[in-house]
Amino acid sequence: MYLSQAIKQPRIVKIRENVLKKNDMLARELRKRFQENGVYVVNLVSSPGSGKTTLLTEVLTRLSNKYKTAALVGDLATENDAERLEKSGALVHQITTGTVCHLEAQMIEASLKQWNLAEIDFLFIENVGNLVCPSSYDLGENIRAVLFSTTEGEDKPEKYPTIVNSADVAIITKIDLADAVEFDKERFYESIYKSRPEMKIFEVSAKKDEGIDEWIDFLIKEKNLLGGQSIN
Amino acid sequence: MHELSIAYNLVEIAVETAEQNHLQKVDVLHVKIGVLSGVVKEALEFSYDIAAQGTPIEGAKLVVHEVPLKIFCPNCQKMHVLKKPIPLVCPECRQRTGEIVEGKEIELYSLEGGDVLEPSD
Repeated sequence: MYLSQAIKQPRIVKIRENVLKKNDMLARELRKRFQENGVYVVNLVSSPGSGKTTLLTEVLTRLSNKYKTAALVGDLATENDAERLEKSGALVHQITTGTVCHLEAQMIEASLKQWNLAEIDFLFIENVGNLVCPSSYDLGENIRAVLFSTTEGEDKPEKYPTIVNSADVAIITKIDLADAVEFDKERFYESIYKSRPEMKIFEVSAKKDEGIDEWIDFLIKEKNLLGGQSIN
Repeated sequence: MHELSIAYNLVEIAVETAEQNHLQKVDVLHVKIGVLSGVVKEALEFSYDIAAQGTPIEGAKLVVHEVPLKIFCPNCQKMHVLKKPIPLVCPECRQRTGEIVEGKEIELYSLEGGDVLEPSD
């Protein structure tokens, strides 16, 4: 080795690489597998307690009449949510993340091993209740829905612009309580549009059966638009 | 706090890149973090120190460059840098736009380093 090479010479190496490229690459592979097997995938994100599981139980129950459904449920601890969802007749698997505050593509891939994807029409991924961390992780889903309940206040979306911006649709849950908690709907829509102009917003109540069919019809329509043909 | 998971990914890419480019010692990592990336700078800095421990880049400094939001306004047909991440509105004509050009990145931009005085072989 030449002496000049042995002397410390500061230099800069340009990288310009996405730090989460591993997750993104895996998510792309998952998306391809879902598409090839005709699985339509929905990623549900929200705060804890906004009603993801209640809504999902209702949606799975109705969809299961005509379609084969599955759900992956992320939680830090306990399998309570999975037990609630199993009543719907869907395939359910709980991902207990321990201390991890979000789901990553690799956890989804590992959980899919127990199922035959060709037998599933709809897969719902219920993310860990958290409005920050799940926004950065692509799980290979077709659509990301962010849920806010009327009890959380109408300005909540603008407090979490990143997750709203990363989502495709928004759902207002517990809409039956809107009057009781003086929920200002117009203000809420404005709050969403600040970080995601023109976003489609659904209003639902799982308890009082409002807006659920509209949400389901939308998903079926989206799934049919994609079809089952493979993408490359 | 997903910054720890991001920090581990960051360190892994930095170590790989240093090896591929024969950088025997890494002094600085330059990282670009968009204001709409969902990453908190302080949390990433804290997590980075933990993630780098015991790796070949332990001791290298992490420099975080925050990237403001840049949007494209379909009305003005121009790009604008926004002072705040929301609302996503053109600062000139007030048109709403969802077209984000920059500001969502979590990117390892470059490494600064060199060879050590005594070659390892």
